[in-house]
Amino acid sequence: MQIHTFKPDLPPPALSVGVIGWLRANLFSSWFNSLLTLFAAYLVWLIVPPLIQWALIDADWVGTTRADCTSGGACWVFVQQRFGQFMYGFYPTELRWRVDLTLWLAIIGAAPLFVPQMPRKALYGLGFLVIYPLLAYWLLHGGFFGLSTVSTSQWGGLMLTLVIAAVGIAGALPLGIMLALGRRSDLPAIRVICVTFIEFWRGVPLITVLFMSSVMLPLFLPEGMSFDKLMRALIGVILFQSAYIAEVVRGGLQAIPKGQYEAAAAMGLGYWRMMGLVILPQALKLVIPGIVNTFIALFKDTSLVIIIGLFDLLNSIKQATTDPAWLGMATEGYVFAALVFWIFCFGMSRYSLHLERKLDTGHKR
Amino acid sequence: MKMVKSTLAMLTTAAVLGVSGFAQAGATLDAVQKKGFVQCGISDGLPGFSYADEKGNYLGLDVDVCRAVAAAVFGDATKVKYSPLTAKERFTALQSGEVDILSRNTTWTSSRDAALGLNFTGTNYYDGQGFLVNKKLGVSSAKELDGATVCIQAGTTTELNLSDYFRANGLKYTPITYDTSDESAKSVEAGRCDVLTSDQSQLYAQRIKLANPDEYVVLPEVISKEPLGPVVRQGDEEWFDIVRWSLFAMVNAEELGVDSKNVEEQAKSTKNPDVARLLGAEGEFGKDLKLPKDWAVQIVKQVGNYGESFERNVGAGSELKIERGLNALWNKGGLQYAPPVR
Repeated sequence: MQIHTFKPDLPPPALSVGVIGWLRANLFSSWFNSLLTLFAAYLVWLIVPPLIQWALIDADWVGTTRADCTSGGACWVFVQQRFGQFMYGFYPTELRWRVDLTLWLAIIGAAPLFVPQMPRKALYGLGFLVIYPLLAYWLLHGGFFGLSTVSTSQWGGLMLTLVIAAVGIAGALPLGIMLALGRRSDLPAIRVICVTFIEFWRGVPLITVLFMSSVMLPLFLPEGMSFDKLMRALIGVILFQSAYIAEVVRGGLQAIPKGQYEAAAAMGLGYWRMMGLVILPQALKLVIPGIVNTFIALFKDTSLVIIIGLFDLLNSIKQATTDPAWLGMATEGYVFAALVFWIFCFGMSRYSLHLERKLDTGHKR
Repeated sequence: MKMVKSTLAMLTTAAVLGVSGFAQAGATLDAVQKKGFVQCGISDGLPGFSYADEKGNYLGLDVDVCRAVAAAVFGDATKVKYSPLTAKERFTALQSGEVDILSRNTTWTSSRDAALGLNFTGTNYYDGQGFLVNKKLGVSSAKELDGATVCIQAGTTTELNLSDYFRANGLKYTPITYDTSDESAKSVEAGRCDVLTSDQSQLYAQRIKLANPDEYVVLPEVISKEPLGPVVRQGDEEWFDIVRWSLFAMVNAEELGVDSKNVEEQAKSTKNPDVARLLGAEGEFGKDLKLPKDWAVQIVKQVGNYGESFERNVGAGSELKIERGLNALWNKGGLQYAPPVR
């Protein structure tokens, strides 16, 4: 009886594996792609070495004044000297621990929400969302229970950026969801109100909203009565972003098949339980990318408060560059701002990817 | 100065006048004394005029006006709260009562003085539009700038002044407009334009931003009048007088040789009747203004006289190194002139 023996497999052709294979498949698969690759490589070569030279090799890192920046590259001394102001604005130096504590409380308080085994998570999360804002307001603004008042005109820097972004997100999401539900409501009055609200806020640019809040609003108020400037900006941001969130969420609601609604109704669920238990969990999961997209846009839009004279991160930097002792440091300042914004936005987008994967239940292609 | 034509401001003023009417005489001083500080509107960052140092203290020529008023009213120059304002919101902030004084490099013009319901209390800096050129061009006068490429900052009266000047002198030019001062400074450096035009006080700041400031020179010509001064609401003459005389006290002090170092000694032992009247050693001139007797002493002691403030913030003692020029005292060839205290 003849026994069949398999010959060992031949190795794949040298040109289709390893580095060469990857290069062939990805960078030089056709003459057009090769051309594009070469062009891109040329661009990188044009931009990256001078950038590294400027930002790292020729840069000055230590010192206290502009006179210490002698090597012709970036003067990071400026950022280092003003770092406190970029982070806290004009928040009194001896009280900055309050800002730090607020941030730590947020991190520590939110941490259990990211532990999958945590029992009664929803209850804890709800409690956190109610208690934390009050606590944060007390710590940051003070004025009662033994903490001295730090008026919002002294808030600034990254802290103000984060406050605007966090309050904007926390306020816009629930309001946006309610608006999305309202827009799909069967009750004509609610539907009309929601549609009007959404279309109005989507129709005006954020910069106009902020401008109106700071320039026009004071004129309509009785003399001597002045609304806090930050408060006006926050309300503007929340109303504006909630309209966008509403449209994103509506997209999710429309993607849920009618059968889901009918099945929920057949189970005897009322409107709120149908929405809360069946429809919204599916819809929100679908639109995570859209919601995060809106949040990232919101985070970056916070820098628009520059036009109403609030000192967020960007405006703090801009302000610092007008100090005669540091004139001409705008490039360093803006590069630093870009880096900080990038870190936060990239972090948000990675987290949303993680969330999508975690909640993925069969939508993946 | 940077002036987006203030149609909007005028419209809003109309609204203000309709809604709240004029401020009442004496109301501002009472309110200020009650709350315990002066709320002062300043720029959101202008080198030499208002900016913040590393510790977050506001400094500058405009800021010194606020400090002088606080020193006069409270005897304490630190009793000021600052509201950094953008160019667009500054008049609303004053009209709506958010600030008591607007000291934000604001040009005194007829329309602002008359139509906005505001009063200019004086001029703490005589500015004017000028030109910055590279020495290599060998230009010594703006009249030689025929055919030049000029960098301008957008959205300001600078553009209008420029075209008026070149047309009046029959010169040709190519404008390049930039949005911020940093961009325009960079483009002069890169040689994209021959000349940079802006208010002279800003040209000195721009020059520092360049890699080799010594290669550039500010031409002597000034092609516009930009008197910058503190502004208050119309209708409260008492407060108007306090702000105006706080500034005058600084100028008078310089003229009389009183400075922050010798002011206390002078107040006690001066033989000069002008100094005695200014410093309250003779007469009750503070009372007329509803201020303490030593109001001018406090201003000079804590803020300095006008010359000291100028040198410290924009002059030889600062990075900007602006010459006194028009801002010298009247008896030294400039325009700074204050009525006497008598």
